[in-house]
Amino acid sequence: MKNTIAERIYDFLKNFPPFDVLEKEQLFKIASNVKVTYIEKDNFVFKQEENPHEHFYVVKDGAIGLFRNIDNEQILVDICDEGDIFGLRPLIQNDLYLMSAKANEESVLYAVSVEILKEIIETNHKVKKFLIASFSSNIKTPYAKGTNGQLFANIEMLQTSNSSFTEIQSAEFSKNPVTTLKTSTIKEAAKIMSEKRVGSILIVENKNPIGIITDKDLRQKIATGLFSIDENVTAIMSSPVKTFKQKITVAEAQIAMIKNKITHLCITIDGTNKTELIGVLSEHDIVVLHGNNPSLLIKKVYRAKDVNSLKYIREKTSNLLQGYMEQNIPITFISKIISEINEAITIKAIELSLEEMDKQPPVRFGWLALGSQGRKEQLLMTDQDNALVFEDVPPEKYQPTKQYFLQLAKKVTEKLNDVGFEYCPADMMASNPKWCLSLSEWKNQFDAWIRTPTEDAMMMCTIFFDYDLVYGDKKLVNEMSDSIYESINSFEIFLNFMGRNALRNPPPIGFFRQFLVEDDGKHKDQFDIKSRALMPLVDAARLLTLSHSIKDKNNTVSRFKKLIKAEPKNQDLYLSCIDSFNILLQFRTQQGLTNNDSGRYVDLNKLSKSEKLSLKGCFKPIRDVQDLLNIRYNLAQMM
Amino acid sequence: MFSWFKYKNFPIFWKEYSKKFKQKQPNSIENTRFVIFDTETTGLDIISDRILSIGAIGIFNHNIDVADSIEIYLKQDQFKAETVEIHGILKEGKLTKLSEAKALEYFIVYIENAVLVAHHTGFDIEMINAALKRMGLPKLKNKTIDTGILYKKLEGKKDAHFNLDVLSKEFNIPKHDRHTAAGDAFITALLFLKIVSKLKKERNLHYSDLFRVSGKEGLM
Repeated sequence: MKNTIAERIYDFLKNFPPFDVLEKEQLFKIASNVKVTYIEKDNFVFKQEENPHEHFYVVKDGAIGLFRNIDNEQILVDICDEGDIFGLRPLIQNDLYLMSAKANEESVLYAVSVEILKEIIETNHKVKKFLIASFSSNIKTPYAKGTNGQLFANIEMLQTSNSSFTEIQSAEFSKNPVTTLKTSTIKEAAKIMSEKRVGSILIVENKNPIGIITDKDLRQKIATGLFSIDENVTAIMSSPVKTFKQKITVAEAQIAMIKNKITHLCITIDGTNKTELIGVLSEHDIVVLHGNNPSLLIKKVYRAKDVNSLKYIREKTSNLLQGYMEQNIPITFISKIISEINEAITIKAIELSLEEMDKQPPVRFGWLALGSQGRKEQLLMTDQDNALVFEDVPPEKYQPTKQYFLQLAKKVTEKLNDVGFEYCPADMMASNPKWCLSLSEWKNQFDAWIRTPTEDAMMMCTIFFDYDLVYGDKKLVNEMSDSIYESINSFEIFLNFMGRNALRNPPPIGFFRQFLVEDDGKHKDQFDIKSRALMPLVDAARLLTLSHSIKDKNNTVSRFKKLIKAEPKNQDLYLSCIDSFNILLQFRTQQGLTNNDSGRYVDLNKLSKSEKLSLKGCFKPIRDVQDLLNIRYNLAQMM
Repeated sequence: MFSWFKYKNFPIFWKEYSKKFKQKQPNSIENTRFVIFDTETTGLDIISDRILSIGAIGIFNHNIDVADSIEIYLKQDQFKAETVEIHGILKEGKLTKLSEAKALEYFIVYIENAVLVAHHTGFDIEMINAALKRMGLPKLKNKTIDTGILYKKLEGKKDAHFNLDVLSKEFNIPKHDRHTAAGDAFITALLFLKIVSKLKKERNLHYSDLFRVSGKEGLM
């Protein structure tokens, strides 16, 4: 039967997210079941702490203000106008309304049944993505006390309902693994492996895993005659083993394997090697589960013989990235994988360069990735930022040593450039004599930046503080880190200067919907997502971790996670920063892939309402964390 | 005696419909089902003109319920080319059409004992009653509200008399699908919600106020 009214409602809803991504039948079903309601100015749709209605609302005409009631004061949190949805989160999470909705002007609302939407969420992951983004923006206000972790609970709920998210599924591991006791001989162990037709055997003591022997061990250590088959299994086993809890996800398993260069993970009752072994997860299990395996790419990197194969692998990685983005895989997982591949490529480039050198390095050294690569947040092919530190040498040996490392660095940067990581336009590279320094020189350099915090020095700090050792001597770099913290501790006002620097980009949104765009230059009227949205979060995380002397955490997300532990009272804020950061990074990556550029500048006119909404949501935490810095470092006085 | 005999011969749907009025009727705006409806006809003569389509939508507890709506088209031998340009319904269109008897049965089953609301109810109700008479059935039993009269209850509107177009404009209601029965019913439904809401704001509105014809006291 013809349904003119439902058609008219359909025509309206189809212009707005998440309805714009629904199938025609899905949306028509929603439209045919809408309830239309009219609210006079200053009347409430619902009030804070009320039980949720059966419907959520879409503004058809008018404007609805969302208010938080704090100490009997109504604080306006957001205004919803035509096409905006509100009042959905409590329905999905079975929670009370966290805000009141009041008509700012007379309004007509479409009330949509949450039951129908739930059915659709099950089958339409674009809707799910939109909802996740809008939830993270809706509940993450500093006022959202008592909602700890709800967003994540919610994401899990939404995501586990979709089997395409293989990376966050629990990995299927082999139960009843083949084991032997540590008193067995190698021969006995090999016999068991042959009988059971397995490629690995676990060595257990009181049922706890203490080591593993794989086919590779037999090949490399027995067949070559290094060990006798009558020796004890403990002679050749790899020990200790990496242990995990049952609930390990495919993503975690892949990362653990890549990181530790191992092919088997042990699953124990509590995830440590002090409890009973209950299963083994092998790389093969994961390959089976997930055809397109990034660890295969990493392996190819290890085997690469020249720059061309590295270049090929990096191109493959771009395809992988594109695929991951399309599959809507969580950005934290994507950035870990891509960073690992980038790091492996850099290591290979260094190894290849070392082979080309006439002689071995005269002293210990460390190759540092800086900036976004150092933070492991580099997804797109951006330019390289790196530096080199070498061990102190007597003055007479300084020049030849420095020359050696400059030559090495030149080869490495050339190779990276060939692979596709272009030269840094500001020459922040290890091949620049300024950034190829001995340990003492670096200590002095950092000390100088910290003690004379000029604007330039601050700039340098933001780049150089996020270093990550890619290749070389860890001790050398630790010494450097210790020295930096000493300098900061002896000159505490430095943190205030860093704070001022972190606020150099104001919250990127003006009153309600106004985006702040670039006023002039080539990117006039475009939105600089890097400096206006990502960097404020990166800067804040860096400063706050520095203030807690948290070491070894360069990644922005990991930094915020550490900060949650250090400052539990700010958990909500930091969680929302993590969400925002992930959404922004994903956004930038998507932009970069679409426009084939760095994704830095966003043309606002080309964004859909859903994209604007999700961007807008990310700015609240930025403003909040900047407020926190402002108060903590008395920045108002310094500005 | 005759009327009892006649009652016996009424079709089941009519008996069911009549039964609905024997129960206690709702007595507040919140627990009453209102059905806002509109008809498109071949013309304005109650006797000679015919209904071409009926659109109706329910309102319960101040919510217009799209799921509670009907849109029916009628097969009629009567056809006036000159009114096609108003309602756009062709004699042999693509729409699925019901016979007048089937359409009226459908309508009666749908409305139950709801309060019928229309803009200038008189004409639409008379057209339905005329069709019912042709089927040998009595008149509609439902209470009715005329949004044109309801509007006059608002302060300062006592002597105003406006058509749907003017009121849509005054109440900011987009005029989609004007002159289709369903479209006009939907516009009228929004109009009804808005007028009731304004009346409630102006005074302590009682359920019975909706049905009282305003202005009468002033005339007497």
